[in-house]
Formats: sequence, structure tokens, C-alpha cells
Amino acid sequence: MTDSINRMAAMTARYYYLLRSSWLRLLELVYWPAMQMLVWGFLYTYLYDSKSSMASTGGMLLGAVLLWDVLFRGQLGFSFTFLEEIWSRNLANLMMSPLQPAELAASLMLMSLIRLLIGTIPVTLLVFVLFGFNIYALGFGLIAFFINLVITGWAIGLVVSGMIIRQGLGAESLAYSIMILVLPLCCVYYPVWVLPLWLQPAAWSLTPTYVFEGMRAILIDGMLRTDLMVECFALNLVYLTVAFTAFMLLLRSARHKGVLLTMGE
Amino acid sequence: MNSIATFFTGNGALFSPSRTAPAPTAQPAVATEAATPAVAVETLCKKYGTHWAVDEVNFIVPKGWTVGLLGGNGAGKTTTIAMIMGLVVPTVGRAMVLGHDMATERHKVLKRMNFESPYVALPARLTVRENLNVFGRLYGVPGIKQKIEELAEEFGLGDIMDRLTGRLSAGQKTRVAVAKALINDPDVLVLDEPTASLDPDRADWVRSRLRAYQQRKGATILMSSHNMLEVEQLCDFVVIMSRGRVVALGTCRELAEQFQCKNLDEVFIKLARGA
Repeated sequence: MTDSINRMAAMTARYYYLLRSSWLRLLELVYWPAMQMLVWGFLYTYLYDSKSSMASTGGMLLGAVLLWDVLFRGQLGFSFTFLEEIWSRNLANLMMSPLQPAELAASLMLMSLIRLLIGTIPVTLLVFVLFGFNIYALGFGLIAFFINLVITGWAIGLVVSGMIIRQGLGAESLAYSIMILVLPLCCVYYPVWVLPLWLQPAAWSLTPTYVFEGMRAILIDGMLRTDLMVECFALNLVYLTVAFTAFMLLLRSARHKGVLLTMGE
Repeated sequence: MNSIATFFTGNGALFSPSRTAPAPTAQPAVATEAATPAVAVETLCKKYGTHWAVDEVNFIVPKGWTVGLLGGNGAGKTTTIAMIMGLVVPTVGRAMVLGHDMATERHKVLKRMNFESPYVALPARLTVRENLNVFGRLYGVPGIKQKIEELAEEFGLGDIMDRLTGRLSAGQKTRVAVAKALINDPDVLVLDEPTASLDPDRADWVRSRLRAYQQRKGATILMSSHNMLEVEQLCDFVVIMSRGRVVALGTCRELAEQFQCKNLDEVFIKLARGA
């Protein structure tokens, strides 16, 4: 167990060194979410000031964008950290070391969380200062939303990383594009009832749907839907287990295919 | 010559009769640690599509020996090495390291192995010191700071320790990669073209370091190389592959005698041209 923790600490140190090596990388973590929030923040201000019927939806829009970014950046942080190993042709070094796949996955999760906190905390403060929108007013709900979205991001990141191991850099674009695939069904900006009836079960099979419905419940009704959060968490545990199994199977397949040694070329 | 070749090919058969089943091992089920060879390759085959990249390869590397795995481009050396390291799963047969099947039990032995290959690089955005620190910790090296200083001293890395690895010359990168390969004092060291991008002086210097390490530690080294002089200097035994198969094996002198050549370079050329 101690050996395992030491190896994960070594991997965390490796990613910390990488972040530390370039202020541009650190800036990039904040840059994209900040630019996005500026655009949506100004829209929020416009809707609020216009006193139109849309004014009340401004806050929901901003909250949804912030939480979507948690999911998107969580997955991206996981997948990009893994891609660093491919880009630097270091994966075989790691695979030949005593590092276990589960330890690699745990290190990527931790690093994804660190990257996410670096990227989102300054942006939430920026939104509060510039537009007066306080995401922390969601209280305990925010913690539940954050945990659930981060776990979903990890599960998707695990599958994306497995696909990259199996298919090589040809699957790299999945890291950028896969979240768009689930965006329409996650009901980020609209409630689930807007979807056709036959599509609603598909929406409820996705964990982010529970989070965004939960967020609307707080902002509209002032009510924390703990039932949704518990269901979401249980579903997330299933997805994370399935994703890790997929990661291991894809890794095994890559070993059969013989692509690990030349990965990144 | 026959006796040593027989020893290296395990059961005495250079080519086993069938690739459909692993060759029976002559070792008892529970072999003692001392009696277990460092590397045992048994009826090793790897098929990609319809092409057999490695085709019924058998050899044994006793502990403390340095063995050269030679062959032209596409001979199957890298695939064989990848299977010995457990990075590639054999289609048929098995590669054993220190008594453990690398397809299924590699985690039991990885701490006692290390490798260096031109196909693999150390993270470019980390300094040499950071890279050695990360890999030292991954391998659970005790007293890592002192170990890094020792390696820096031994490999003349003192002035580049705090430089980004990606900004080093090819030769410096090779020295760092070899230092990384020795960070855990491995019992089994696998080297793929260890001096490929070094000038003759630096290459000779690295060879001397490897030889010193091998003698000090009693480690086993399996290396591939296109530098026949290097192989003659370092290797106790040589396995030559062509088109996925072992076509010759023996000591450098034995091979020269067998093929009536002056040196290993001539043997290699003769075999490459289909002798």
C-alpha cells in the first residue's frame, strides 16, 4: 500500500513539475474558462438589465455554464494529462516501471482535480466580482454537483485514454470532442421535460442531467434535491467502474496489438 | 560450442516443432531463485495480421551474462524485446524474466528490471533531476537524492542536471536515459541500441560504465545493437535473428569460426545477404 501511494506521489510530482515548467500552461488553465465566462457574463448582464421575461434565466444560464465547465474541464484535465505521456513518448517508460494501471488512473484523477481547481476557482471569483453572480450561494448543493461532475469527467477521461492507448494519436480528437456528444442530452441549459418523451430516459441515463436538474431546483424553487444527487452518485459509481474496466481491456488489447512501445510516433 | 548453444536454447532445440503450443519447460514447477535463468524465451511467436514478426524463438539468458540480440531491420528484435519486457503479449509461447511470465506476472518483476530504448523518451519538459527523481520514486529507490547524485557523478551529468531534458543533445539524452535505466540497480537490464546516437568516444565511455555496472552488480544485460564492435566488447553471447527467427547463436568467436569470418561484422553481413 505504501509503495502504491509513493508511486502515485511520484506521478503527481511528475505532473506538478510539468505545470511548473511553463507559466503558459498555467495561464491556459484559466484562460479558456475565463474567456467563456466573460461572454456569458455579459449576456447575463444584458438580460438582467433589460428587465425582459428572460431576465430570470440569466442566473441559471451562468450557473449552467460554470457547472458544464467543471464537467468539460474535468474530463479534459484527465485526458490531456494522459496525452502528455503520449506526446512525450514516455508511456512505455511508465508501463515498464512498477506503476500499476490503477495507480496511473488515480494519479490522472488527482491531477485532473488540481487542474480543475486552478482553472475554476479564479473564474468563479471573477464572475462574482464582475457580474455579481455568486456560485457559492448554491451551498452544499455546489459540493454535491462538483463531486458528481468530476467523477463523470474521470469516467469519460478513462474511456478516452483507453481509446488513445488502443488506437494511438488518431483517437486524440476524442479528448476535445466527446463531451459535445453528450451535451444535447445532458439538459445543461433546459429542463428534461423539454425533450421528446422517448428521449427522456436517455437523458436520465446520463449523470450530468441530474446535476443540472438539481441546480435548477435550487435556483428556481430554492430546494436541494438530495434524491437526485444520491441517484447521480450511485450511477456515477457504476459508470466509473465500467470506465475503468474498459480502460483495462483497451490496455490489454494494446499489449496484444503491440502498440505500446511505439506510442506517440 | 554445442554445449553452450544447447544451454542457451533450453531444451536443446533451436526451433521447436510447433508454434501452436508453448514448448515444455525442462525446469521444475517451483524452481529455486538461483537456478532460474534471468530470461527464458520459449517458442516465442508474435503474429501481426498474417505476418509472423517473431517466429518460434527460443533462448535462455543465464544470470550475470550479457547477451546481444542482433539482426537487420525488421528481423524481430524489437518485438522480441517488447515481449520480454511485457509490453507486447506473445501470440504463442512465453517470455519469462526471473521465473515470471511477462504476459501475466510482469508486476512481480518490474521493480527488478529496467530498460532504455530509442523508441521511448523521457519527458522533455522536465529537468534531468526531476526525471530521475520521478523514476527513482516510481521504482521505490531508497535514498533517492543520494542515488541521483551518484548517477550524476558516474555519468557526468553534473552540469546538465537542472536543464530541461528536451533541450539536451542526442548524446546527453542517451546518457540520461542510461542513468535512468540504472536508477533502481536492476537485476535485468534491457537495452535497445544503447549507444546509437553517441560519438565513438562517448559510446566507449558508456560501454565502460555498463560493463562496470554489470561486473559490480552481477546483473544480466540483454541488448540489441547494430554496432558489432560494441557487441564484441560487451556480450558474452550473441543471438542473431532474421525474418523473425533465430538464425545463429554463439559467442562472437564461435560465430566467426562457424561462418569462416574474421569478425562479427562479417558474420552479420554474410547472414544478412542470405548465407
